Amino acid sequence: MKRRRRMSKPFCREDWNHETGNRDMNTLFYMASFVAVLSTVLAISRLNAVHALLYMAVSLMAVALVFLTYGAPFAAALEVLIYAGAIVVLLIFVVMMLNRGPATLREERDWLRPGMWVGPGILSLILLGELVTVFFQTPEIGLAGRAVEPKAVGMALFGPYAIGVELASLLLLAGLVAACHLGRGEEPKKSGEESEK
Amino acid sequence: MMGTIPPEHGIFLAILLFLLGLTGVLVRRNVIFMLMSLEIMLNAAGLAFIVAGAAWGQVEGHVMFLFILTMAAAEVAVGLALVLRMYHCFKTLDVDAASKMRG
Repeated sequence: MKRRRRMSKPFCREDWNHETGNRDMNTLFYMASFVAVLSTVLAISRLNAVHALLYMAVSLMAVALVFLTYGAPFAAALEVLIYAGAIVVLLIFVVMMLNRGPATLREERDWLRPGMWVGPGILSLILLGELVTVFFQTPEIGLAGRAVEPKAVGMALFGPYAIGVELASLLLLAGLVAACHLGRGEEPKKSGEESEK
Repeated sequence: MMGTIPPEHGIFLAILLFLLGLTGVLVRRNVIFMLMSLEIMLNAAGLAFIVAGAAWGQVEGHVMFLFILTMAAAEVAVGLALVLRMYHCFKTLDVDAASKMRG
């Protein structure tokens, strides 16, 4: 344990300006967390799945900004890529697949009312403003005091946590097989019935 | 104390988001909304790990966040496949329609 702590110490960035940085990062953090909580409340209270997904994407991006204020830019990038990118897109695909039929066109017109973009738009504009602030004040604020760099994460992942990586790959393979099996449609059921007969 | 933002505030935010996700799971009866609330809960757990890792200046928080991310991706893939199968069977997204063991 002691050896690992000494190993990861050089990756911590500790030279940054406390007086200005502290206040700015605090403001950014509280704004981002306010946006996160508000958009989460709106996401779980919407009646329409697509509107809820819009608010959920905003919530995930706000949490990514919270990661950035905590000095975790790598985690923030992963949050945007995998949560706000892959997972929300998967959910949107399923919502769209489940809405077939003649009523789809009317529903689609109902969903794409311009008024519905205003709420997520305003919230994500706040986030964009915070991001621009972070980028333009980088020397003063930095990416927070103790940024953990991707190199350190990679060294830990493939060093002491290699067994965890193996288990995660096993989990992903199991998820892949399960999703393929469950999403295969009606054919396996028919063949099963035939074999039973 | 080197941290910029007190870690208690980050942990409080994680608790709040987790409770919101839990409320969503308990209140909503639509499977898609329940899956979304589960994602919010997992995300809040990852946030707690990142905040704790930043408070101690260790990389373990990031490692656990990566594992949670992997788990969330696998979970949503399997969950959505189950949702599609359930919709084919019951023609509805109401979880209470699937409350019997024998479909």
